[in-house]
Amino acid sequence: MKRDELIQKVNEILAEEFETDIAKLTPDANIKKTLELDSLSLVDMIALIDNEFGVKIANSELPQIQTFQALYDYLEANMK
Amino acid sequence: MKRVVITGMGIYSCLGSSLDEVRDALYNGKSGIIFDPERKEMGFRSALTAKLEVPDLKGELSRSQRSFMPEQAKYAFWATRDALQHAGISQDYLDAHNVGLIYGNDSSADPVVRAVDTIREKKDTTLCGSGAIFQSMNSTVTMNLGCIFHLKGINLTISAACASGSHSIGLGSLLIQNGLQDMVVCGGAQEVNPFSIGSFDGISAFSTREDEPTKASRPFDRDRDGLVPGGGAATVILEEYEHAVKRGAPILAEVIGWGFSSNGDHISSPNVEGPTKSLEWAVKHSGVDIREIGYINAHATSTHIGDTNEAKAIYNVFGDQRTEVTSTKSQTGHEMWMAGASEVIYSMLMMKNDFVAANLNFENPDEDSAKLLIPAKRVEKHFDMFLSNSFGFGGTNSTLIVKNIK
Repeated sequence: MKRDELIQKVNEILAEEFETDIAKLTPDANIKKTLELDSLSLVDMIALIDNEFGVKIANSELPQIQTFQALYDYLEANMK
Repeated sequence: MKRVVITGMGIYSCLGSSLDEVRDALYNGKSGIIFDPERKEMGFRSALTAKLEVPDLKGELSRSQRSFMPEQAKYAFWATRDALQHAGISQDYLDAHNVGLIYGNDSSADPVVRAVDTIREKKDTTLCGSGAIFQSMNSTVTMNLGCIFHLKGINLTISAACASGSHSIGLGSLLIQNGLQDMVVCGGAQEVNPFSIGSFDGISAFSTREDEPTKASRPFDRDRDGLVPGGGAATVILEEYEHAVKRGAPILAEVIGWGFSSNGDHISSPNVEGPTKSLEWAVKHSGVDIREIGYINAHATSTHIGDTNEAKAIYNVFGDQRTEVTSTKSQTGHEMWMAGASEVIYSMLMMKNDFVAANLNFENPDEDSAKLLIPAKRVEKHFDMFLSNSFGFGGTNSTLIVKNIK
């Protein structure tokens, strides 16, 4: 998958699932704040990403994925 | 002892999602039973079920709130929202008072199956999602409703098989009678999906009259061949009488008796003694003369032994007094954990609208039902008191007596 396709898909899926205006999902935006995630809905995000992209974000790696940019990078690096 | 009144009702049923819709469906003898081909593909012996769609609560509840709710919690939310509105109870009132919540529910199979499938497939429990645990517990309904409506009084789920909804009203009444609560939200909820009743189908309990779905649920009829599963949710608001008067609440009826018993016998087949005791206890507890009871809403699920033994129990108590007896399960199928509460609402709608709905498909009586007055057609009749039975697996019995307040 090309990078911009990936970005589009990630944004669409997250915006829809977490009922957020897609325009707010900018590369430097903080994921938790933008999607209003608490500890429970963060678990849902991980499950959703795994379902859609086949990539499971490990708990140990979560602290490094604060922004959408970081998420795109992570997925690009880990998708098969 | 304080008096207990009903000040609001709400329902999400195969007969409708509003009191008016359900009233009309009862009046017109509508059946909510269909044939579901998916169940046949899954290997069910009977593909009959009540038809029910899960309401879309997007826009009304947040994504988070919805993520914790299995289908029966959504039905219960709908029913409770409507009941509170019916009773004139605002969110401000709930925020400022200790309103209790006792609801019947005895399963949450679908979320458990989905979570376990995910774990088995992915070998990773995180991937079930955060909602799974809250959806999977029997107390999912009271958990969710308590949080959504900010209820601060008693909060618990009654699991008593097919008597769950009825016992919830009985226990709610008991708390109010004893001055421990001024108001309790009571009801019953039932999931409607193949996973929840697959093993029930497996013991050949269901009717296989699949070529005529609307004729399959035929309580008391000689040719009945089993029950049809259904579900949804029903809520009644119980309130202490003086409190209701002071609040200017609509006072619909009074819960004047709750009888209960256990058979102490077979796990699935009822006997006659247990149900008889439940009826007798309700009559004694209420202090009424049985001649005042104008309608009996039977538990009768369209199984051979169940309907027979209930007919005997009713005859034991009422004898040759010709009080109309019907089972609304002829229209709805067996709503199981919801039934005790929904059948109070069906009976209330009949009482408030001066009719007794037809016991559908009652074409030929058997030896025991022949002794009862079971109308196969709607009866236009005014009555001011009804008795409602609910009996469950394990032999748990509950009988409520409700008196009209105009």
